Amino acid sequence: MSTPIDIFVPRDSSALSLGAEAVASAIANEAKKRNIDVRIIRNGSRGMYWLEPLVEVATPSGRVAYGPVTPKDVAGLFDAGFHTGGKHALGHGITDELQFLKSQQRLTFQRVGIVDPVSVQDYVANGGYQGLKAALGMSQADIVQAVLDSGLRGRGGAAFPTGIKWKTVLDQNTPQKYVTCNADEGDSGTFADRMLMEGDPLTLIEGMTIAGIAVGATQGYIYLRCEYPHAYQVLKEAIAAAYQAGYLGPSVLGSGRRFDLEVRLGAGAYVCGEETSMLESLEGKRGEIRVRPPLPAIKGLFGQPTIVNNVITFASVPIILARGAAFYRDFGVGKSRGTLPIQLAGNLKQGGLVERAFGLTLKELLYDYGGGSATGRPIRTVQIGGPLGAYVPASQFDVVMGYEELSAIGALLGHGGIVAFDDTVDMAKMARYAMEFCAIESCGKCTPCRIGSTRGVEVMDRIIAGVDTEHNLKLLEDLCETMLQGSLCGLGGMTPFPVTSALKHFGEDFRNRARH
Amino acid sequence: MQALAPAQREAILRVVAANRTRPGALIEILHGVQAELGYVPPAAVPVLAQELNLSRAEVHGVVTFYHYFRHHAPGQQIIRVCQAEACQSMGAEALTEHVKKTLGIGFHETTPDGRFTLEPVYCLGNCACSPALMRNEDLCGRVTPKRFDELLAEWKRGE
Repeated sequence: MSTPIDIFVPRDSSALSLGAEAVASAIANEAKKRNIDVRIIRNGSRGMYWLEPLVEVATPSGRVAYGPVTPKDVAGLFDAGFHTGGKHALGHGITDELQFLKSQQRLTFQRVGIVDPVSVQDYVANGGYQGLKAALGMSQADIVQAVLDSGLRGRGGAAFPTGIKWKTVLDQNTPQKYVTCNADEGDSGTFADRMLMEGDPLTLIEGMTIAGIAVGATQGYIYLRCEYPHAYQVLKEAIAAAYQAGYLGPSVLGSGRRFDLEVRLGAGAYVCGEETSMLESLEGKRGEIRVRPPLPAIKGLFGQPTIVNNVITFASVPIILARGAAFYRDFGVGKSRGTLPIQLAGNLKQGGLVERAFGLTLKELLYDYGGGSATGRPIRTVQIGGPLGAYVPASQFDVVMGYEELSAIGALLGHGGIVAFDDTVDMAKMARYAMEFCAIESCGKCTPCRIGSTRGVEVMDRIIAGVDTEHNLKLLEDLCETMLQGSLCGLGGMTPFPVTSALKHFGEDFRNRARH
Repeated sequence: MQALAPAQREAILRVVAANRTRPGALIEILHGVQAELGYVPPAAVPVLAQELNLSRAEVHGVVTFYHYFRHHAPGQQIIRVCQAEACQSMGAEALTEHVKKTLGIGFHETTPDGRFTLEPVYCLGNCACSPALMRNEDLCGRVTPKRFDELLAEWKRGE
């Protein structure tokens, strides 16, 4: 019997949302009918979502891409000999040669879309667990120093130096410490965490294990949002596989050091993406934020020293340990070191994931990678960094995508999601939505957020109705100032960013509403 | 408050027993209850409080804090339409109107025949394939009103 042909059909949520499951079954059925021996591997997504479901076939010259494939294309693909890389209207040639991918610098996402996400064997064969092996041969202080030297900053949005957080936890002299992963990726326009967890979850597991070894924590939790049922499934399978292979458990790789890991589900509260609220939720309580200090690194989960990092932060750690801090630090600009996985979302022709060293401009991302708007109309604005991020007008699209560079124009990078809007967007409505979202998601602990957001919706309603506009705009600015200065966490404190940036750059949408 | 049916009570106790020793397990237990019963009945609150040695206020506070937990029995299928920015940029507002009109219900309502419950959701992580919705645990992307009609026909056939 000949070796089966490897055919890759993603099990990534977005690919599934476009029919990948039916495509996988159609390929299996058609292959059986034609007596062709195939092995279907359910990989992650390559991050080129306009081509999903993207089917790849392994050939001697590399993987060949076909997409977007629907079940009714499958017979024709076989007719064209796609299982040996044959030409077809849906064919794109060698996947790695596609400009969108070829020009990227994938470090954190190096295996996403390449490997079988739940196979430890495949993971190790593709360079996985090199970082953990290196870490097990180092002192705890040296591991923390390597993370510090790499310049890695929290990729969840706050951009705090990861090494400093780890050092604080390492310095605490307590028997029980925790490593927690914030996988409550609630920002609209972001899906990097989901893609990584569905496409290469072992990288996250390895990063968390290294963190546990580094600071002396024996228990890890991944706090995953419940809107991600597919990621939940993949994570559970990957964790079970890691236990099975001895990479998790009482003696990680025979080192005598314990690290246990489990996934806990959130329950649809955006505020639980804030670290202290997440800790409350992990303890089974209402996700109300805690007043800091004490920092979670000193008093975190169940009152013990706790690392809280985002998925991408942990997933960037294995390569830093495997290749050295300098390797990672040599990517990037200024104080933004390493690579950044950027998510292109909303009204773009080519939505997807772009991982590059810091330093790219917004314009390059929107037009070179994103291909302009999906609707074909001019892009009027983009929102960067989720529902608490500022709206950036087209006149500022030359900005470099770095922490300090964006901050200089009053915007923020957040988790690296970019949502594009064409010129049909009504920015007063978007400002109203920002307030409404805050009102729905406020944990209720502090007044500026809880009441301010509700009053904000009312003020926006009056502005949209054209009632006493100038007076209400003044009121809106006052309210934003109060929320900004007086809120306990980023939810109330940053909701003013989308509102005031919309007003600043698109004042015409707020005034003269009678004409709308 | 409607009393628990014996089978409901048994299911709740089963979920508690399976999770009792896990630290901070209340939310996991509520997920388990909702997975078994489709919602968290108000009458489950005193039972959970008793079993977990918490006050009723604590359990009630948690159940009502999280949007995901339902307090009424839902329809057979749950449709959640994303309302977040990326989906808005691709026509989520029009899709939402279409879905409401087609089903004849608003958010948090169930069709009179008990087949569909409609809920809003804020981001499904499908932002490069907007607008998105989720039917039970099936994610759907690039859902135009026309595509929704096709999907709805499939869901009705598949019942």
